[in-house]
Amino acid sequence: MDQKDREILEVLQDNSRLSFEQIAAMLGMDRQDVENRIKELEEKRIIAKYNSLINWEKAGEDVVSAIIEVKVSPQRGAGFDKLAERIYRFPEVRAVYLMSGRYDFSVLIEGTNMKDVAFFVATKLATIDNVLSTATHFVLKKFKQEGVILEDKEEDRRLVISP
Amino acid sequence: MINWSDKLSTTVKNIPPSGIRRFFDLVTETKGVISLGVGEPDFVTPWHVREACIYSLEKGYTMYTSNWGMLELREEIARSLYHNYKVSYEPANEVLVTVGVSEAMDLALRAVVAFGDEVLVPEPCFVSYGPCTSLAGGIPVPIPTTEDNDFRVTAAQIEEKITPKTKALILSYPNNPTGATISREELMEIAKVVKKHDLIVISDEIYDELTYEGTHTCFASLPAMKSRTILLNGFSKAYAMTGWRLGYACGHPEVISHMTKIHQYTIMCAPITAQMAALEALQNGTDEMKKMVAEYDRRRRLVLKGLGEIGLSCFEPRGAFYAFPSVRNTGMTSEEFAEKLLIEAKVAVVPGNVFGANGEGHIRLSYAASVENLTEAIERMGRFISKSGLRSEDLAASG
Ligand SMILES: Cc1ncc(COP(=O)(O)O)c(C=O)c1O
Repeated sequence: MDQKDREILEVLQDNSRLSFEQIAAMLGMDRQDVENRIKELEEKRIIAKYNSLINWEKAGEDVVSAIIEVKVSPQRGAGFDKLAERIYRFPEVRAVYLMSGRYDFSVLIEGTNMKDVAFFVATKLATIDNVLSTATHFVLKKFKQEGVILEDKEEDRRLVISP
Repeated sequence: MINWSDKLSTTVKNIPPSGIRRFFDLVTETKGVISLGVGEPDFVTPWHVREACIYSLEKGYTMYTSNWGMLELREEIARSLYHNYKVSYEPANEVLVTVGVSEAMDLALRAVVAFGDEVLVPEPCFVSYGPCTSLAGGIPVPIPTTEDNDFRVTAAQIEEKITPKTKALILSYPNNPTGATISREELMEIAKVVKKHDLIVISDEIYDELTYEGTHTCFASLPAMKSRTILLNGFSKAYAMTGWRLGYACGHPEVISHMTKIHQYTIMCAPITAQMAALEALQNGTDEMKKMVAEYDRRRRLVLKGLGEIGLSCFEPRGAFYAFPSVRNTGMTSEEFAEKLLIEAKVAVVPGNVFGANGEGHIRLSYAASVENLTEAIERMGRFISKSGLRSEDLAASG
C-alpha cells in the first residue's frame, strides 16, 4: 500500500462505478497501472466488495432491521472468533461487530418483518452455545447510512451561469 | 413621464451590461442542460461552519460589529496569512473585513483611483475589474495576456502600458477564467516594474488555496511589496462560502483606513453571522478545505484529458477551477460556439470574450461539477464537435 493505492481507494469508496480510465485520468496515472493495482487490492480483499446503497424503504419494500446486543462467554482457546463465526455465517446477519463495554457482539439482522427477525433471534441466535443473553432493538428509521444522508435535501441550488 | 435616460449618470450608462446576462437567460430556458458555466464551488459550505453560525445565532450574535470586522476574525486572518506566506499584517489597522472580494475590490479602487487615473488590468480576468475602475472615475487599461505565455502577464507587457497617469496594477492569480498561475520569479520581475514606476498593486488572490501545481506566491510577501500592495482574499472559493459574502483586504494602514471610511458609510460592517462562520472556517476548516481542493485537482486532470481526447486544445490550468480551451479551430466565435453547444448538445459554458476582448476564441468551463456531469458533458461536447463536421484529428493536428 502506497499513496497511490490510498488515493485509488478513496476515490473508489466514494464512487465504485468509475472506470479505470477515469481513475487514471483523475489521479494522473497510467490506465494499466490503475487496473493492476485495483486487481491486487481485490485479491488481497482490501477491496472486499462493490455494492450499492439502496433505500429499500423508499422503494416500498418491507425490510426490517434490528440491532441485537449479544452477551457471550468466550470459549477457551478460540476467544470470540469461533463464536462470531457461528453468528456471521447466517445470511440473515448483515453485520457483526465485537464491542467494548456492556455487551460483546453487536449483530445487525435484516428480515421482511418483525416476527421473522424475532424468531431468528430466539431460535438461531439465542440458542448458540455460550450465548448468555440477547437484547433486540428494532430500527425504526434510517437517517444516514455509510456516510450517506438518505433523504438529503441539499440539491444543487447554484445559478446555472455565474462569473 | 420622467425620462430616466436623461437622469441617469453617464458614467453608469457607459458601463456595458454583464456579458453573461443574455447567456444566463438562454441557459435557464433550455431543458436538460449540464452547466459547466458556474463560477462557484459545487460543494455546500462544510457543516461545522454552518453549525457554528447557527450556534452564534442561538447565542444572539445578531448585531453590528466594528466597521473593520470582528477583531478576533481579523486576528485569525492575519495569523493564516502569516502561516501561509510569512507576511505579517497588524489585525488592528491593516486588515478590513468586507462583503466579499467584490466589495474589497471596489473599495481598493475607489480609495486609490482619482479621476482620469489609469489602472492596468491583465485580461482575460474576472468581470468586475474594468467596470469598478470606471465607476471610481478611472480608466481601465487592458493588457492582453496570451496562451503562448500561459496567460501570465509579463513585466515587459506591463511596462509597455505605463503612462504618467498609471496608478495601479490589478493582479489575479490563480486566474478566473484561465486557471493560470504565476511563479515567484515572474512576480519578482513585475515587482521591479511596480517599484520603478511607483505603482500600487491590487492583488486578488481569492483562489490562492486552489493551486494544484507549484506553490502560490502572495504578492505582498515579495521584498518591499507589502507596503504598496492591497491584498484581497475571501472565503467564497476555498471554503465554499460564496453566498455568505465575506472577504477581506489587507494593506498599509493608511490605505486600509481610507477604505474603511468608504466601507463605514456604505456598508457599515460585514454581516456578523458570516463573520462568525468565517472564524470557524479559519480555525477548524483546513482539513475539509484541503479535501475539496484534492477533489478539484482530480476533476481538473479528468477534464484536461477529456478535452484532449475530443480535440479541443487547452492550456493546462494550474489553479482555480476553470479550464479555458480554445475553440478557434472550429471556425466559430466564442459566443457562437457556446450558443450552439448549449442548444445542440445541452452543455453550458461561458464564452471567453465575457472576460475581456482577448478571451475571444476560448470558452470557460468550470470543473466545480460532479465527475458524472463532467464526463457526460465532455462526451456531449465530443459528439457536438464531430457532428459539426470538425473531425477531432484535424483539430488536434492544428491545435
Ligand atoms: C477572481 C475573482 N475575484 C473575486 C470574485 C468575487 O468573490 P466574492 O464572492 O468574495 O465577492 C470572484 C468570484 O467569482 C472571482 O472569480
